[in-house]
Amino acid sequence: MNKVSKDNFKQESYKHGFVTDIESETIPKGLNEEIVRIISKKKNEPEWMLEWRLKAFHRLKSMKIPTWAKVEFDEIDFQALYYYSAPKGHDDKPKSLDEIDPKILETYNKLGIPLTEQKMLAGVAVDAIFDSVSVATTFKGKLNEMGVIFCPISEAIQKHPELVKKYLGSVIPVTDHFYATLNSAVFTDGSFVYIPKGVRCPMELSTYFRINASETGQFERTLIIADNDSYVSYLEGCTAPMRDENQLHAANVELVALDNAEIKYSTVQNWYPGDENGKGGIYNFVTKRGLCKGKNSKISWTQIETGSAITWKYPSCILRGDNSIGEFYSVAITNNYQQADTGTKMIHLGKNTKSKIISKGISAGKSTNTYRGLVSFHPKAENASNFTQCDSLLVGDLSKANTVPITENANNTSSINHEATTSKISDEQLFYCLQRGLNEEEAQSLIVNGFCKEVLQKLPMEFAVEAQKLVSISLEGSVG
Amino acid sequence: MLEINNLNVSVEDNKILNNLSLSIKTGEVHAIMGPNGSGKSTIAHTLAGNPNYQVESGSISFNGKDLLDMEPTERSLDGLFLAFQYPIEIPGVTNASYLRQIMNSHRKHQGKDPIEAAAFLKLLKEKSAYLKIPFDMHSRFVNTGFSGGEKKKNEVLQMDLLDPKLIIMDETDSGLDVDALKVTADAINQMKSKNRSLVIVTHYLRLLEYIKPDYVHIFQNGQIIESGDSSLASRIDKDGYE
Repeated sequence: MNKVSKDNFKQESYKHGFVTDIESETIPKGLNEEIVRIISKKKNEPEWMLEWRLKAFHRLKSMKIPTWAKVEFDEIDFQALYYYSAPKGHDDKPKSLDEIDPKILETYNKLGIPLTEQKMLAGVAVDAIFDSVSVATTFKGKLNEMGVIFCPISEAIQKHPELVKKYLGSVIPVTDHFYATLNSAVFTDGSFVYIPKGVRCPMELSTYFRINASETGQFERTLIIADNDSYVSYLEGCTAPMRDENQLHAANVELVALDNAEIKYSTVQNWYPGDENGKGGIYNFVTKRGLCKGKNSKISWTQIETGSAITWKYPSCILRGDNSIGEFYSVAITNNYQQADTGTKMIHLGKNTKSKIISKGISAGKSTNTYRGLVSFHPKAENASNFTQCDSLLVGDLSKANTVPITENANNTSSINHEATTSKISDEQLFYCLQRGLNEEEAQSLIVNGFCKEVLQKLPMEFAVEAQKLVSISLEGSVG
Repeated sequence: MLEINNLNVSVEDNKILNNLSLSIKTGEVHAIMGPNGSGKSTIAHTLAGNPNYQVESGSISFNGKDLLDMEPTERSLDGLFLAFQYPIEIPGVTNASYLRQIMNSHRKHQGKDPIEAAAFLKLLKEKSAYLKIPFDMHSRFVNTGFSGGEKKKNEVLQMDLLDPKLIIMDETDSGLDVDALKVTADAINQMKSKNRSLVIVTHYLRLLEYIKPDYVHIFQNGQIIESGDSSLASRIDKDGYE
């Protein structure tokens, strides 16, 4: 295009970068057995939970940090982090909404997530997680009437130990890999969902993760169980203040779908991406895994990844039940110096299992965007099939896109269909739109939204419009 | 409306237009004819501000403004419309939402509120029926998988919706069958107005037979070698460009 304003991504465009001035309670910095015990005590956990954490912690000591991803960053000093931070006086007691610090309510209002009864989003129940604790969960009563459990996981450990014991770590074992095991040792809060047999959850469930405190890692743990013949759609959103430091977010999310159950899990990830020089931003090292345990079950991941300095996540499906289905729809946008190494794993164990992967990577500025995927057919996965489509879109001349698709096939009745494209926003497309009166940013946003459409339309309706705007904002200033 | 003076334009260091001058008054219809490579498309794209065409020297004034000083977007918002010879595909964007967005961009520039969904739909139905455009085309992605005729009609539709002051049509007749040509020509004739000027770039006589331009210019080697009334077009059609 014309050599017009090539000033990169403007700082103002990260709209969630404010800090809430609130007194918080932290525990000493560092990672050791004592810290694990303190966290467990803070949460007033039963002995079995502490044991579980300690097992993970001891295992962690012999584990190595994975280095295979196409991302570069300075070594993280795990002893220099706070592993727990909560608004003062929170103490994990269940609270009613009018007992919550108004500053926290205001924070969520500013983020567009009103928690007070009269303003709540109709049809969406929200669990609001502020640093290490859940501060509010809306619509709990209404969901209870149908037997749906939607609460902070710390509460589930107290009130529904039988479910937690049975399923926690059943998809991501405590011995899995470094960050997942770290999470198992020090996780603080997250959401717990149980949908009973035959229930179609009547509203969208969502969790909003907010990092506020500095030098603090957020280690959330989410567990969703859909019992036989049930359905749930769940959405998470994430933001953090703008800071020069890099903050670690290492979450574990486990999904379990039993016979004929369906879980739809959507993410709009907008953690602070760092500034235009690559300073600051969240390290988003997340383990997300779903187990299609029952026959005919289905798990569908949809992710819109626009934030974080580094994104390192592979929401996966283990297709154990016969005829089960796994889906992964992803839009990952990187700008400036952001790095994303993201994709999925589809592990086909059962007969006639099907998986579908649609990945759209958009790289602008000097960013790097890698799709990494594994499709694996085990010997008993007769007649399994996969369809993979990976499209990369480059904006400008300095960004990079990589595609690393790996397939393993241990039987001869399975089929894989893989398509991949890399394209650039063409000057012709831009000029055509400009000629019709759109400005450069509108034109680019139109073209990019068109490129992502297949994925964006998988989001729950309430969030699709927001996601479209986010896609445009993330690329602001990258036209050149 | 438009004053082009001593214009020199190159594309990738190849000089295409040589000291071109042309004056177009409000309400006039001009046709530009010429053999392949004579610079017909170059003048069309230069007027619209396509960055692939470098203006070396000369001036263009558009309604008293220095056109060369205006960004492509601004030219469009000020009423300059280029119908592309090869309309561009935008996958993933439905034609309806695209049309509404470009319309609203112009409305915003004119200080008007965005057009309501219902009003837009009604307008789109009317215009599509008139242009014999199948309505399902609007739920398809912009120009993606459109037939040649659909693409060209979609250009005329955009032209109609944006109500421009100066229309430049770059070989809009190419790729149209006889019926589509007739419908398109009718639509163009409807757009003739004393407040609007048209520049029709074409290779062939057939569109001009319907539209009847006030002036015909023959391009060769980036210059106008002959100008005349519409009889010039018929003569060229008979005798060729020599």
